[in-house]
Amino acid sequence: MSTDPDLLHSPEEEALRAAVRDLLTDHCDAAGVIARTESDAPHDVPLWKSLAGGMGLAGLLVPEELAGQGAGHREAAVVLEELGRSVAPVPYLTSAVVATEALLACGADDLLAGLASATTIGVLAVGLHTAPGAPFDRVRLEGGALRGELTGIADAAVADVLLVPADDGGLYAVDAAAAAVVPQVSLDLTRPVARVVLDGARGARRLGEAEPAVRRALRAGAGLLASEQLGVAEWALTETVRHLKERRQFDRPVGGFQALKHRLAQLWLQVVHLRAAARAAADALATGTDTDVAVAVAQAYAAPVAVRAAEEALQLHGGIGMTWEHPVHLYLKRAKADSIALGTAGAHRTALAELINLPAP
Amino acid sequence: MTDAAELRRRTRALLAGQPPASTDRLDFLKARFDAGLAWVHYPEGLGGLGAPRALQAVVDAELAAAGAPDNDPRRIGIGLGMAAPTVLRHGTEEQQRRFLRPLWTGEEVWCQLFSEPGAGSDLAALGTRAVRDGDTWVVDGQKVWTSSAHLARWAILIARTDPGVPKHQGITYFVCDMTDPGVEVRPLRQLTGEAEFNEVFLTGVRIPDSRRLGAVGDGWRVARTTLMNERVSIGGMRLPREGGMIGPVARTWRERPELRTHDLHQRLLGLWVESEVARLTAERLRQQLVAGQPGPEGSGTKLAFARLNQEISALEVELLGEEGLLYDDWTPRRPELVDFTGREAGYRYLRAKGNSIEGGTSEILLNIVAERVLGLPAEPRTDKDVAWKDLAR
Repeated sequence: MSTDPDLLHSPEEEALRAAVRDLLTDHCDAAGVIARTESDAPHDVPLWKSLAGGMGLAGLLVPEELAGQGAGHREAAVVLEELGRSVAPVPYLTSAVVATEALLACGADDLLAGLASATTIGVLAVGLHTAPGAPFDRVRLEGGALRGELTGIADAAVADVLLVPADDGGLYAVDAAAAAVVPQVSLDLTRPVARVVLDGARGARRLGEAEPAVRRALRAGAGLLASEQLGVAEWALTETVRHLKERRQFDRPVGGFQALKHRLAQLWLQVVHLRAAARAAADALATGTDTDVAVAVAQAYAAPVAVRAAEEALQLHGGIGMTWEHPVHLYLKRAKADSIALGTAGAHRTALAELINLPAP
Repeated sequence: MTDAAELRRRTRALLAGQPPASTDRLDFLKARFDAGLAWVHYPEGLGGLGAPRALQAVVDAELAAAGAPDNDPRRIGIGLGMAAPTVLRHGTEEQQRRFLRPLWTGEEVWCQLFSEPGAGSDLAALGTRAVRDGDTWVVDGQKVWTSSAHLARWAILIARTDPGVPKHQGITYFVCDMTDPGVEVRPLRQLTGEAEFNEVFLTGVRIPDSRRLGAVGDGWRVARTTLMNERVSIGGMRLPREGGMIGPVARTWRERPELRTHDLHQRLLGLWVESEVARLTAERLRQQLVAGQPGPEGSGTKLAFARLNQEISALEVELLGEEGLLYDDWTPRRPELVDFTGREAGYRYLRAKGNSIEGGTSEILLNIVAERVLGLPAEPRTDKDVAWKDLAR
């Protein structure tokens, strides 16, 4: 608490950002993302292979001796900023952050190596809405077989391995082929959720205790989600400013009207604040200093800002913002889903009340 | 370039030569200035060593550890934060030598004669006149919202020297002697009950031309240096967690469980989060400056703190319930120091209203962000090419 977090982006982190952005510019345009959401395969698996395998980004949180990059949360946060900016439909947050953290907590080295090298996609079978420390659903362990149904599992449709909590307190690795994964019609089509049904799946391997692994995984996910939300908000602000400079009504650029200038300036201010909060959370995860508070602060702040940015983008684009063709709806849906993912702002504020000793009545 | 080790060496030499325990406070401050350790980023001979600004912290830490006196920077904030950078940037060598040392040591207090009753956000429309009379300027007009005017030896002053050209072009910047018989200072009582500011009436005030800062007619450009530094000094403080307005209300919440309600709890947590994020944002800006990569984020710091101070202090009055109906003291007072969090909740609530007005209103700052940071079109300016004397008033 005594030392301030490093809130800047290092030159290496900026280089990483540039590389990710180049790849996304070439391979993740908005029209393609929209088209993909209407297909049977909303996830962009070729893009995932380039990012995760080709660039080695799936292994940023994994030590080098386990085929990872031995980097850290600050770098993963930069990747998520860029993925948010493109609403890229890839399982980065779910596999390379949340499932990876759960496996790190369990010491499941062989599975980690698969996730880090992107030969395997792993998904923690805990509802996307679950806040760190909140209760989560578990399947039943009956005579060595897993039985039950879990809902709201993000990116389960592309998972190779599911990490499933069971009622004996354990976390189990289940081959996705041994489960029925049923897509749910999702608000955010770029990070769809699914039902996972286990009907007596055998051969599941107990990795360790579920509670600490899930808590750690969700905390890292929540902290780094703020960087994705930053990317979403930055896209919304940048695109809206660009649009308002070009769009003319009443023989003037619309961006010259003070009512709109002030709204955009306020939004800019909030994005600047979100950048500091997201960086603080990433740094706190990397250093292990003040982590619970930094993550809760970032999540309590990020969701309203990202949602507002997308909502302002929609309103200030006027009619075009209501169309299926224009990408602003992708960002609105992602921002709104993110505001529930890994705990709402309200859930994180409630967590803070205890952490900072401002107790409820 | 002077590095941290060299600064440490020089600071220790100063402390050895002038032990704080046995040296008069003012003598110590003068010696510190002459050693170039006052503001290390200033040039040699003017209290500095031409070192990076960030290294000042090295000197300050050594001096604080040795129990050395400081120059009470809050008392002389206008001199340090606004007058000094302007004199340094636009003053002649003679002006710099005359003014900077007693400014920094606090021997001479400064104030700022900028705002007028008819020129607030549109400061460049100011009407205080300065007419040349040989080697002297004769100044007539009225200024307002002048803190420290009753304590000040000198003022930075902008006045109209040419009404026949558009408003920004006819302004000249002066250093005004506050002991001139034509200067009359009257306290201006505020909604808080106290008189932290003044009205200043200038009647036939004579200013030698040698106290002009910058060229005749170039005063607006010079004033921009002052105003930029004002916003930095208002928004740029480094705070610990709960260091600002949120601190007192958080303490009240912890100490007075009987006041807690669910509605206030949610609002308090929301404001606590926003305060912490604003603090991190200011810290990030500071890290950018230290790393030599200043960003546009500074434009927003004051905006954020103004709104937060107002919302938090409003919440605090409500939290106090029956006590929120009371006020600590309406006696007209003349505080030397203004501490936004220094008195009780009612005072904080009322004083914070000024945070979105003083040093540039929030509305003007939003325009600045929209135009300079986001590159959106400027406000229409019908007065731009009209001589000041022909503007409607």
